[in-house]
Amino acid sequence: MTLLEARSISKHFGGLLALDEVSLSLQKGEIYGLIGPNGAGKTTLFNVLTGLYAHDSGEFFFNGEELTGCKPHTVAERGIARTFQNIRLFANMTALENVMVGRHVRTRAGVIGAVLRGSRTRKEEYGIRSRAFALLQYVGIAEYANNLASHLSYGDQRRMEIARALATEPKLLALDEPAAGMNATETAGLKKLLEIIRDDGVTILLIEHDVKLVMGLCDRVAVLDYGKKIAEGAPHQVQRDPAVVEAYLGGVLA
Amino acid sequence: MSRWEKLKRDPRAAWAAFILIAVLLAVLPFLADTLLSRTWVRIIDFVLLYIMLALGLNIVVGFAGLLDLGYVAFFAVGAYLYALLASPHFGIHLPFWALLPLGAGVTCIFGVLLGAPTLRLRGDYLAIVTLGFGEIIRIFLNNLNAPINITNGPQGVNNIDPVSFGGFSLNQTHQLFGINFSPVHNYYYLFLALTLLVIFISMRMQDSRIGRAWVAVREDEVAAKAMGINTRNIKLLAFAMGASFGGVGGGLFAGFQGFISPESFTLIESIMILCMIVLGGMGNIAGVVLGVVLVVALPEALRYIGPLEQALFGRVIVDPADLRMLIFGLALILVMLFRPAGLLPSTIRKREFEAEDEAAVKSEART
Repeated sequence: MTLLEARSISKHFGGLLALDEVSLSLQKGEIYGLIGPNGAGKTTLFNVLTGLYAHDSGEFFFNGEELTGCKPHTVAERGIARTFQNIRLFANMTALENVMVGRHVRTRAGVIGAVLRGSRTRKEEYGIRSRAFALLQYVGIAEYANNLASHLSYGDQRRMEIARALATEPKLLALDEPAAGMNATETAGLKKLLEIIRDDGVTILLIEHDVKLVMGLCDRVAVLDYGKKIAEGAPHQVQRDPAVVEAYLGGVLA
Repeated sequence: MSRWEKLKRDPRAAWAAFILIAVLLAVLPFLADTLLSRTWVRIIDFVLLYIMLALGLNIVVGFAGLLDLGYVAFFAVGAYLYALLASPHFGIHLPFWALLPLGAGVTCIFGVLLGAPTLRLRGDYLAIVTLGFGEIIRIFLNNLNAPINITNGPQGVNNIDPVSFGGFSLNQTHQLFGINFSPVHNYYYLFLALTLLVIFISMRMQDSRIGRAWVAVREDEVAAKAMGINTRNIKLLAFAMGASFGGVGGGLFAGFQGFISPESFTLIESIMILCMIVLGGMGNIAGVVLGVVLVVALPEALRYIGPLEQALFGRVIVDPADLRMLIFGLALILVMLFRPAGLLPSTIRKREFEAEDEAAVKSEART
């Protein structure tokens, strides 16, 4: 069953065509890789998908509903959560508080609830806290729950960002280069975590430069180059695609 | 664990401290009256008024991180609303119980109106625009006496009804258990009650889902959006709540003073309120309260320099009026130098400054 469908998405910045009629579709439960050289438009596609950028043309369908032009918070509410290439933490909040913010979209308490703090608000607040802690355990950094987010190690910050995204109860988790800057051990740990998340029923859209990780993890891969999708398919097929080889290594070897 | 730590955790000690503070607050105006002078009771009234204002601005600046330099506009709107609806100017005399919620509501709307166009702005740009809004309101108040006289222009509104509950006017001396309660005493208890309410609301908001969303917006707006926070609504809510505190404070100010004019709502007022929260510790409620006490009371206390000079040197060498602003300015600079996060920083601000220090040390180590 199709979870996300992008139909000929285009986006340009001034004279630069960052996305040129890109179409792709994600099946429920798969890990879908998005690769391509630097500046190919991968992150732009993420930003358009999550409503941070307005795009020029094309449509998104998510879970059978149209998602084109939604605001970022609506996108999160519909069930797409993301992480950022250059980690965006709430730096001066603790790891636990960061993840608690992720529960915002699934909770309700407003001003009156906050001021009166009745039994419902207290119960909700308890739920937020315990769920956030459980998610920190899930990604394996519960021992740092009360540490400042900015004091966590790089790899743990990535994990915390994933926990925060999972707190919004997403159907689709969009990860922008989660393994960037990680060492081999950390990457192996991340791979395991992503497999667990997938097995728990969350579809994953993954931008990644670590070819080994992409090849070992993704069910399908799409390759972007200069804003165009130049290949799509199983990792081992894409790897041998002449267009992909050319995009990565230049025309000489092709 | 030190003895002090142990004492802090003892519930009996907490109760004792609570009762002590409650008694102290209850008799404070009489203490000030006997030990100092009637003027000091009035100064304490103003301290309470400014705590309400500062806690309102604290929601906008301290919690949500939106630098607002035109906050006094809401104070002005609240004050004028009260003045126009309870004075001979229009011949309308609404009762206080109706004016208080009305003032809160109307300034709330003003908060949203002034907040809405600034939603895309951050930092310096936001500060400039809000500063402009503050001035616009003041200039409007100054000039809305023609062609139709609404605000009475620079002359201001006079003979504003004092706060009264039914026939019980706070502007008269009442006798209770043989104790005389003069107007400044009466207002003290009203202001105290409302200040405690404002502190309570602030504390509850800080530690809530909304409070976390404010901090998230302050820390990283893009990430907050991606987490499903409707940043537009959450910022407008901060503006609206902050404004309504300011509006209530304004109404009380009008009733207390009996006279208001646009002169009371200049840019320097906004800056002083901002000063109070920065000095005390932005984002921390106890810090804000301390900041207000210092900024309002310190210049008043420095008036005693005149008599002090007289006693020491036999004559007044430097006019205390000149000296006190100098000392006040110096005090501000010293606090900012030695406690950049404020006297009582919020945990989050403290972390921020510590993190900056660490970064500085790291970058120094590299070079």
